Amino acid sequence: MGDFIVYGLGRWLHILAGVMWIGLLYYFNFVQVDAMKAAAADQPPTGAGITKHVAPRALFFFRWAAVVTVLAGAMILGERIDDALLFKERAYVPIGIGAWLGLIMFFNVWVLIWPNQKKILGIVPATDEEKAKARRVAFLASRTNVMLSMPMLFMMVASGGIFRRALFG
Amino acid sequence: MKNPLDSLWGTVISGLVLTVVLYFLAKSMMGG
Repeated sequence: MGDFIVYGLGRWLHILAGVMWIGLLYYFNFVQVDAMKAAAADQPPTGAGITKHVAPRALFFFRWAAVVTVLAGAMILGERIDDALLFKERAYVPIGIGAWLGLIMFFNVWVLIWPNQKKILGIVPATDEEKAKARRVAFLASRTNVMLSMPMLFMMVASGGIFRRALFG
Repeated sequence: MKNPLDSLWGTVISGLVLTVVLYFLAKSMMGG
């Protein structure tokens, strides 16, 4: 029963939350950034609805899905977490690299993206200069996460059974 | 030099390159 919960339900939850996290990350980067640019160029500008109604909701599910993904991932690794994160065992190298990439992305979400998005969206007060700086930091952290998501997902899907043997021998 | 992360496709290409680099790093860490 313990294994059923940890490996069955835990992995399912890890993937469900991970799809929501990375899906919203891709929404921001592949859709919203360019949509906001186009909306800002309209006369009069038409992006207010996205800023007011869409972005805060998307960011809510984005940052909390990141928490659930990381916690469920840690639960699956359990007592083998040090084998993965410290690369102690050959079989745990791909998942260890994937986990480190996921942790860097998690740091970016909570330390770089969300605090700066709060300034951009007016949730916390900021001057125009602070907002411009916040926009650049949040943008680059978000783009960094898109870049890191690619090897992260590769290592996640390459980490077990026939997939690991096919890719790493 | 322009930051590749400023462009969406620059970001995707950077991700692909990093994937290849980390694949070979993982392979070597696993003993070839």
